[in-house]
Amino acid sequence: MNNVNQESVMTQKASTPPLTSEPVLKVRHLSVFYETPRGDVRAVDDLDLDLMSGETLGIVGESGCGKSTAAMGILQLVNEPGRIVSGEVWLDDSDLLALTDDDLRKQRWSNLALIPQGAMNSLNPTMTIGAQIKDVIRTHETRLSKVELSQRIDELAAMVGLPNRVIEQYPHELSGGMKQRVCIAMAVALSPSVIIADEATSALDVIVQRVIAQTIQQVRQKLNVALIMIGHDMGLMAQMATRIAVMYAGKVVEIADTNHLFTNPHHPYTRMLIDAIPSLTTKKPLKVTGGLTHDPRNPPSGCIFRLRCPFATDQCAQSAPSMRRLSDGAQVACHHVDSLPKFTKEAS
Amino acid sequence: MTPLLELRQVSKFYGTSDWPLSALENISFTIDANRPEIFTIAGESGSGKSTLADLILGFSQPSEGEIYFDGEPVQVGKSGAGAEYYQNVQAIFQDPFGVYNPFYRVQHVFDLAIRNFRLSEGPEHARQLIEEALNVVGLTGDDVLRKYPHQLSGGQRQRIMMARAYLMKPKLIVADEPVSMVDASLRATILDVMMRLRDEKGISFIYITHDLSTAFQVGDRIMMLYQGRVAEQGPASEVITQPKHPYVQLLVDSVPRPDPTQGWEGTIELPSEEADRIPHQAGCRYANRCPMKMAQCSTITPELRALPPSDRLAACFLTHDTVAES
Repeated sequence: MNNVNQESVMTQKASTPPLTSEPVLKVRHLSVFYETPRGDVRAVDDLDLDLMSGETLGIVGESGCGKSTAAMGILQLVNEPGRIVSGEVWLDDSDLLALTDDDLRKQRWSNLALIPQGAMNSLNPTMTIGAQIKDVIRTHETRLSKVELSQRIDELAAMVGLPNRVIEQYPHELSGGMKQRVCIAMAVALSPSVIIADEATSALDVIVQRVIAQTIQQVRQKLNVALIMIGHDMGLMAQMATRIAVMYAGKVVEIADTNHLFTNPHHPYTRMLIDAIPSLTTKKPLKVTGGLTHDPRNPPSGCIFRLRCPFATDQCAQSAPSMRRLSDGAQVACHHVDSLPKFTKEAS
Repeated sequence: MTPLLELRQVSKFYGTSDWPLSALENISFTIDANRPEIFTIAGESGSGKSTLADLILGFSQPSEGEIYFDGEPVQVGKSGAGAEYYQNVQAIFQDPFGVYNPFYRVQHVFDLAIRNFRLSEGPEHARQLIEEALNVVGLTGDDVLRKYPHQLSGGQRQRIMMARAYLMKPKLIVADEPVSMVDASLRATILDVMMRLRDEKGISFIYITHDLSTAFQVGDRIMMLYQGRVAEQGPASEVITQPKHPYVQLLVDSVPRPDPTQGWEGTIELPSEEADRIPHQAGCRYANRCPMKMAQCSTITPELRALPPSDRLAACFLTHDTVAES
């Protein structure tokens, strides 16, 4: 699967060896809070993540778990009333959180790009597609000639499977899937080393989603870019991600290889997520899970998940479990990870 | 069989007479009053599923064909199909956040329904009705009635909408994408309520969804729409596990499996744009995308035909041929 295509169309980074052990992006102790009249909402709380070169890291969780906020935190795009409380985001030896606005702007798009949620609404309705892509390139590479520039745009369109006429068209003339491709083209326009895709295919029909997911895969391999994929669809994650981080209420509770996570999930919340996936092949009784996420302004003491956890004990209320690496390589934040019953898929 | 809801050759066209566009064509199906079921209507965006919901709910009138409820044709007037109809036919919509007025407590939702439909004989009776309806969906009045919408989760809100619909003791509930905005772990609670209302209270559902996996889990029968026409219809579990129509096959195939070892096979291409949908245009609408396309496909419209011995129907010449052979 890692046969990285070296004959790349436009990347300067083709010589980068695939999958080095050194992370391209390191997130350390990132916390993002939202201010409310009744206290801060801890949307992202002390997040640690490593993104390896060339991998696809999935971040999953339910609505409100902080996955999109984490992405915005990494990109430094947190809006009021949100604020980055602490943390470091290391990309190629520079801490993004310590950069000035100007330096940060240079990093965005060229080193770190975003495929936004709801791409349909993120394009400028008054500009042609070509003009918008041109804008992205021009801001960072001022010395391109007109011919070079339009060549570049043609190449980008071809890479994401857009017919050439689209370049002259306006967003309202395109379908949702086409607009999503435009966003992918813009994200890879400056061959960044890291792309963050925030629910990039969630609003699309399944067939279109499949095509877009494949486009993202192809582009990712061609450019050997590392991808953070944020989403809630476990099926899509199984298809796309090499590793998966599971978030619950602002915390990462488990990180594991995709294969591991689906066959042998450790954390009780991960198990609940996997149990909740409706099957297309076997009818099983619906699993009604009780419990709600706590008020995010007022998290419980100890383990963040203990109010919904079927295995919670006194220990869970007293201290928060820290991330621990298990023998199978998974990292899990749970006191009882060694004594939990073996996970079995309730397929029968 | 006593039909509860019957659609006869229903079509809906939008646009002008010079340039009519087809949203829905030749839809016929019947729900039996004595056999409550969850009848699923599935398809991609633009396939006509919400148009169909609008027609059944009396929000708009069919361009062709008739809809009967309890043996009477559904009359669409200024206020939809009228209070009596809505006592029998209730609706649940996709967005559990948008249907509430944020300034009122949950109690208000029920008060309005009770007042508008004159359901109660007094305050005490009203309280009883509300409590009973909430219990059916697994909630209690003390839990939710004094709360504001923002204090509830999406799953709770959607269950309250179910309770409100149940308050009317309807015979049919049209549920338009009721779980697509609800988290996976809470989806089951809503689908579970649907199944219980069917089994215990005899309420039938028109379940409109784009999500085949929930359709598979709760649906009794399914109707798969493609560009306003029925591609395939039949028992949900059969249609989804062994689809006959090439479009339905592709659709089922494209649902990402939650199993990393079971990947998508092959790559697919999409046509760069869809042609305008002209009403009653001859030919299969899927023909230009279909890998199995034959000469007749673009000139003759394949009928929706039964595939005996099963209870299935498909609109594809390939399936017609297998019938002819057997």
